Amino acid sequence: MASESRLFDVDEIRRDFPVLHQEVNGRPLVYLDNAATSQKPQLVIDALVNYYTTENANVHRGVHTLSQRATDDYEAARSKVRRFINAAEDHELVYVRGTTEGINLVAQTFGRANVGPGDEVIISAMEHHSNIVPWQVLCREKGANLKVIPINDAGELLVDQYESLLSARTKLVSIVHQSNALGTINPMPTVIQMAHERGVPVLVDGAQSVPHMTIDVQEMGCDFFVFSGHKLFGPTGIGVLYGRAELLEAMPPYQTGGEMIRSVTFEETLYNVLPHKFEAGTPNIAGSVGLGAAIDYIDALGMGRINAYEKELLDYGSDALSRIEGLKIIGTAKEKGGILSFTLGDIHPHDIGTILDSQGIAIRTGHHCAQPVMDRFGIPATARASLAFYNTKAEIDSLVEGIDRVLEVFS
Amino acid sequence: MSDLSDLYQEILLEHNSKPRNFRKLEDATVHCEGFNPLCGDHYTLYLKLADGVISDTGFQGAGCAISKASASMLTQRVKGMTVEDAEQLFDHFHRMLTQPGAEVDYDFLDDLEMLSGVADYPTRIKCAILIWHALHSALEGGADAVTTE
Repeated sequence: MASESRLFDVDEIRRDFPVLHQEVNGRPLVYLDNAATSQKPQLVIDALVNYYTTENANVHRGVHTLSQRATDDYEAARSKVRRFINAAEDHELVYVRGTTEGINLVAQTFGRANVGPGDEVIISAMEHHSNIVPWQVLCREKGANLKVIPINDAGELLVDQYESLLSARTKLVSIVHQSNALGTINPMPTVIQMAHERGVPVLVDGAQSVPHMTIDVQEMGCDFFVFSGHKLFGPTGIGVLYGRAELLEAMPPYQTGGEMIRSVTFEETLYNVLPHKFEAGTPNIAGSVGLGAAIDYIDALGMGRINAYEKELLDYGSDALSRIEGLKIIGTAKEKGGILSFTLGDIHPHDIGTILDSQGIAIRTGHHCAQPVMDRFGIPATARASLAFYNTKAEIDSLVEGIDRVLEVFS
Repeated sequence: MSDLSDLYQEILLEHNSKPRNFRKLEDATVHCEGFNPLCGDHYTLYLKLADGVISDTGFQGAGCAISKASASMLTQRVKGMTVEDAEQLFDHFHRMLTQPGAEVDYDFLDDLEMLSGVADYPTRIKCAILIWHALHSALEGGADAVTTE
């Protein structure tokens, strides 16, 4: 068994995550499905309980004390997000349900206002369905064309081909920062710069990158950046869309109703200022408080240390899995996050998943909502172990033993 | 959860590695697709029907061991059966996996009872049952069934 990292005390960190301390099917839980959703530290759970125990009220509406407290917390969490991804202004951050809603918001507002017949939207061959379908629907509606940047056998973006796809008709580039199915980290500054040289804005799907690396949207230069709270150790149902103020100002509203208005008569409605223009209805206040707490937790741990430790885990895991006969890692990009997607001879990933589960090991199996990625590699599905900073090398050893058991069953 | 060996029995693994009737049936009178978009299991079931009897069967496609073994066993079992009996078989198989405690004729199911362990794995029931829905649809002339008569 490997010695654990010297970077930080993983055992101590694991104590912050109550869900990890249980047996599943008679074996200690080994949770390796972090790309699907992450576990929550006690701090986040306490923040939710505390919010509902002591402050629950609606925001931006009441003159009473609880309403003010809830509003303060809701907006304080927004400021935490701003600092966390280094946006310039709080009002450039719009709360959404998650990455999917964030992308849909941009497609339905910016997209509908700016994409017309014959225009083009560029995505890549490694996108999650949530960064394919909204653009497909938009392009169909508008008579526009969806262009796809191809990838190589390692799962890396073909930047040359991307350059040739950019044209005078390109209205938007929407691209994933870190692939959920392959782990590839895309060269964002280059991708963005090439688009900007032609005056094309870029949306970055940060669902898989935000939990694992330092994000600076201003340095990156993106125009939109979207992520989900639940993959960042926060609650489900809360996420963030960052957009440059200038773009958000010009966009029509997404949903309409309360909160997003300045004044309403039966003849006319004036919309509220940013970011409230995009936050119709009572928002997920508790979710924002939980997200703020998750950011506090990550900040205290230090994203630099998290990133370094996860690299160490990924190297250890890649090495251990590649030694297994018949196992093939899908996604071998040079720049890669903590994703170990693999096939195992002709054993179907669902059978791998069930046998691992019987040993308490949770992984994801299937197409990972990225069917075009599976098609690109000519496979129906993969088994995927995805890492977080609370995982250990000992857990990777358990995964390897688990895979040995799969091979034994199918021998 | 039951023991893993109740699920991955020898006979299931054998059907998976050497599926029976694993071919496109050229003279099929009806074929039907079974597709699970969530997991990607995808099969086509071919039946040759004559005078209310399933005279020949075949299937093609890809999926997990459970879905493939279930398909292989189905094609073996319904070959030579009347359409009526095959529908009965579908009912009993369906009940065995989806309605715990329901009345099931295990004598009639015979070797298909081997798949009863799947009921303990809720996420895998759809794998075992996929091809059976294709059968049901083919016999009923359902929306996904393609008649080639």
